[in-house]
Amino acid sequence: MSEQIVGTIIRISGPVVDADGMTGAQLYEVAHVGNDKLIGEVIKLDGDVATIQVYELTDGLYPGEPVAATGASLSVSLGPGLITEIYDGIQRPLPVIKEISGAFITRGIEIPALNLEKEWEFTPVKKLGDMVEGGTILGSVPETKHIEHKIMVPPRLTGKITKIVNKGKYLVTDLCAVVEKENGESEDIFFMQKWPVRQGRPYKSRLPSITPLITGQRIFDAFFPVAKGGTAAIPGPFGSGKTVSQHQLAKWSDAQIVVYVGCGERGNEMTNVLEEFPHLKDPSTGEPLLNRTVMIANTSNMPVAAREASIYTGITIAEYYRDMGYDVALLADSTSRWAEALREISGRLEEMPGEEGYPAYLASKIAEFYERAGGVECYGEDERFGSITVTGAVSPPGGDFSEPVTQNTLRIVKAFWALNRGLAAQRHFPAISYLDSYTLYWDNLIDWYRKNFSENYPELRQEAMALLQKDKELQEIVQLVGPDALPDSERLTIEVARMLKEDFLQQNAFHDVDSYCPPKKQNDMLKIILSFSDKMKELLEQGIEVSRILELPIYEEVARMKYVPAEKGFESLEQKIKELTPEIFTQ
Amino acid sequence: MTNTAPLRKFKTVKEVAGPLLFVDLKGLSGVSFAEIVEIDTPSGDRRKGQVLEVTKDVAVVQCFEGTSGLDTSETSVRFIGKTMEIPVSSEMLGRVFNGRGEAIDGGPNIVSKTLKSIAGEPLNPAAREYPTAFIQTGISTIDTLLTLVRGQKLPLFSGSGLPHNRLAAQITRQAQVLGEGEDFAIVFVAMGITSEEANFFRNDFEKSGALERVILYLNLADDPAVERLITPRIALTAAEYLAFEEDMQVLVILTDMTSYAESLREIGAAREEVPGRRGYPGYLYSDFATLYERAGRIIGKKGTITQIPILTMPSDDITNPVPDLTGYITEGQVFLDRGLHRRGIFPPINPLPSLSRLMKEAIGKGSTRSDHKELADQLYANYARSRELRDLVAVVGEESLSDIDRLYLRFGDEFEHLFINQGVNENRSIFDTLDLAWDLLKTFPQPKRNLKRILSETIDKFHPATRDPNTDFKTVDI
Ligand SMILES: Nc1ncnc2c1ncn2[C@@H]1O[C@H](COP(=O)(O)OP(=O)(O)OP(=O)(O)O)[C@@H](O)[C@H]1O
Ligand SMILES: [Mg+2]
Repeated sequence: MSEQIVGTIIRISGPVVDADGMTGAQLYEVAHVGNDKLIGEVIKLDGDVATIQVYELTDGLYPGEPVAATGASLSVSLGPGLITEIYDGIQRPLPVIKEISGAFITRGIEIPALNLEKEWEFTPVKKLGDMVEGGTILGSVPETKHIEHKIMVPPRLTGKITKIVNKGKYLVTDLCAVVEKENGESEDIFFMQKWPVRQGRPYKSRLPSITPLITGQRIFDAFFPVAKGGTAAIPGPFGSGKTVSQHQLAKWSDAQIVVYVGCGERGNEMTNVLEEFPHLKDPSTGEPLLNRTVMIANTSNMPVAAREASIYTGITIAEYYRDMGYDVALLADSTSRWAEALREISGRLEEMPGEEGYPAYLASKIAEFYERAGGVECYGEDERFGSITVTGAVSPPGGDFSEPVTQNTLRIVKAFWALNRGLAAQRHFPAISYLDSYTLYWDNLIDWYRKNFSENYPELRQEAMALLQKDKELQEIVQLVGPDALPDSERLTIEVARMLKEDFLQQNAFHDVDSYCPPKKQNDMLKIILSFSDKMKELLEQGIEVSRILELPIYEEVARMKYVPAEKGFESLEQKIKELTPEIFTQ
Repeated sequence: MTNTAPLRKFKTVKEVAGPLLFVDLKGLSGVSFAEIVEIDTPSGDRRKGQVLEVTKDVAVVQCFEGTSGLDTSETSVRFIGKTMEIPVSSEMLGRVFNGRGEAIDGGPNIVSKTLKSIAGEPLNPAAREYPTAFIQTGISTIDTLLTLVRGQKLPLFSGSGLPHNRLAAQITRQAQVLGEGEDFAIVFVAMGITSEEANFFRNDFEKSGALERVILYLNLADDPAVERLITPRIALTAAEYLAFEEDMQVLVILTDMTSYAESLREIGAAREEVPGRRGYPGYLYSDFATLYERAGRIIGKKGTITQIPILTMPSDDITNPVPDLTGYITEGQVFLDRGLHRRGIFPPINPLPSLSRLMKEAIGKGSTRSDHKELADQLYANYARSRELRDLVAVVGEESLSDIDRLYLRFGDEFEHLFINQGVNENRSIFDTLDLAWDLLKTFPQPKRNLKRILSETIDKFHPATRDPNTDFKTVDI
């Protein structure tokens, strides 16, 4: 970098600061603002005036204070030690901030994102003289018990290894290897690398999504699955269950790495994750959930510009693990708060407002973000595959889905999990509408379901969804004329739909057993409810009234399936249903 | 935050617009963002303001006490070089202040070496501790179905003419943490309420002897609207001091958040900002969050801050940005219902649209009683059913109801009149409340069949028909 550019503040408006004398500064370059060196980013250049969004409170700043461009764009540090960490929106580790400044976050703190003193055990897989390209794995570090952290050649670097360290313990700042490029220049590769957050990390090619992200949540897995590498949105009014759903996904998804971005939401919700995740076990590895999780917490009371950055910090970290060949799930709660941060900054820039005051580029920003999800063949010569599945919570004002953030999100994402105020009010949780939600991944996933759920699972699902649709129509009639007016067969439909809703779709996130429902159990539960339904139809035809069937203890047993641990299985219940005959009722 | 710039005084007001002053800085630098300003009016009194935006030529100042009487020739403006701070000490308890933090009870202003900036720095999420301790309000509906937890923010969603003030006063008098002799304090923040309402609170606290543990901040309806923007920040700064430096359990009551939001809207309009929904500024959510997120607990500290914000929903509309954005930040809501109020039920809390999100961690054996959760689920389900049936009866008549449905209807009425309804001075212990609930559920025969949300062991142990008469049920240990 050449001579440093230092300008002078000429205007301060909340998180937005203008400085003149900034000729030569670049867009998205990090700047140190004021005597306290608050961290900011250049977001607009006009002549020699740079507009900077500041990631910390600007109270007390005054025109005349200096602004120094740093020459680097807003970047994250990537290397061993990300997992289990909790960062603010610009990747400052919150526990370290706590050590320095106490319970409240003070300003002007610049601290490294990764622990610089911790030693990591590195085992090389490449040797001197090997030819490498961007993405080639040089070796790995066991970051947690199940996560091998691959040390990769940075994207777009090709050449020959002229130096590589031996197996041993290293700091993230240590040199790992030196690569000599074709033009004869050498480039050092460290255990820690940097990557600008606003730029997606490259990959070889995109792959179609043919495997679902299994979440252990029946409404998602059994009805509206998202593919690994796919995108989903959870819009809903306050208190309808966005955060609980996102927490459930973070806990139980069969991703290897989870990046949880708390974007402009409550502090207590992050505390909740921090307190719970060390104690909950990953169903596939048995390890504490924390050992696969990276958290970004820029809560609603933290500076709004850093909230805008938090989404990018999160997705860049997700891409880094994707590039190692992992399936990553990124949960963002809530993308609306990020969009509002964009709006606030845009307002301060006095840009021309679009719909509801959002900047005209809102749609493209949302699209760009979700575009960074996907299943890919990773960079590097060894045919690695990785994916990022993104689910974003959306918080529409007044719960009205016609607002710009929801609408622009729905144009991009392929799974739509619609939270419904009415269901939440009835305490039907998760309050995800089984009628309005959809997934566009289903057709690609059918084969997977036939193989992994059961051969006829797609038909079972279809039948269940049709029943719920029919139920909705019948309910409308009941509202007008009362239930007595319906014939028995239709009352049966209502009854079965009620079982589907209460005994299958409702799933208590806070129940020890029911919180996570493995795929086989999901399949069994649905199969049993529908076979019970068939049996009731049969009995009805043989003259047994629905109400009498519902008095059988077996009915209770069906309702209690969700609380039965999956290991127990349901063979005997299935058998009992098969054996039901009209004779039971005459005894 | 203090800066090193020299103090500067200007007599160069260029423009007075709404609550704002535009001051020509004559190229002299050193005026900082958000710093406090003293304004000397032509008639000689002194007002306070704050810098909202500053360039090297002009400072935009919002004047907390309104701009009436200010001009562009005589008015002088002094930038005092720091953001707003208040002195804090435990002497604040028992005192009454105006919306700017000045004593209005005839006593002296607070003097203290400890000065705190009212902006409040964000609490580090990694320093928080999840709220889990039950607060008994003595109000059955809240304690059983909408449990208030220490460190929670739980708003009252009300409407004009509903008795939210009486309810707030009752909570203030009755709130206690079971079994612990801890220091409890109340910070009461009035924003834009009438002097009659303010007097009601003041008298109520005085009469009940609560005043000595209360700090009152009063910004009344006829006080300047802009002042409302600092009142809650001053109050929360005091609350933080009491909670985190004096180890007190602090309950902050903020009323009325709707007036607060209207002031924010006024400033936004004066600055010609692009408005968001219904004219409120686009940053209303973030602004609210800087207040509501000041509730909570901190690892290693004994004290806590619990907030009960009160808001009157314009035309009872929950989609109005004030309740809407509040709901998006707080941890549940307590909903006051005009229908219940009309039927003479006090407090008219409708549990159905209400929720306490932190309740589950704070109830059960050791905190309240082991039957609490199941009982609450059952009451909720039965009451919901009774309301549904009430609507159905209105359409198809009672004749078409089954026997059990009639029982639900009866339960609904009893629940409203005997359980939700209680006296303004009636302080029910959680045990009495839970037992009252069991009594109401006696309506249903064959409890194990009809009370599906309650496990049969729990029914055996707690149902009035089967409970052991020699057991003490008034304890959290059962
Ligand atoms: N699956 C579930 N099981 C049990 N309870 C649930 C479930 N989902 C939601 N809830 C209940 O709903 C409440 C609100 O849910 P949540 O906090 O997820 O709402 P939200 O949509 O994130 O609201 P906000 O927009 O205000 O953040 C929870 O505290 C819990 O009581
Ligand atoms: Mg939420």
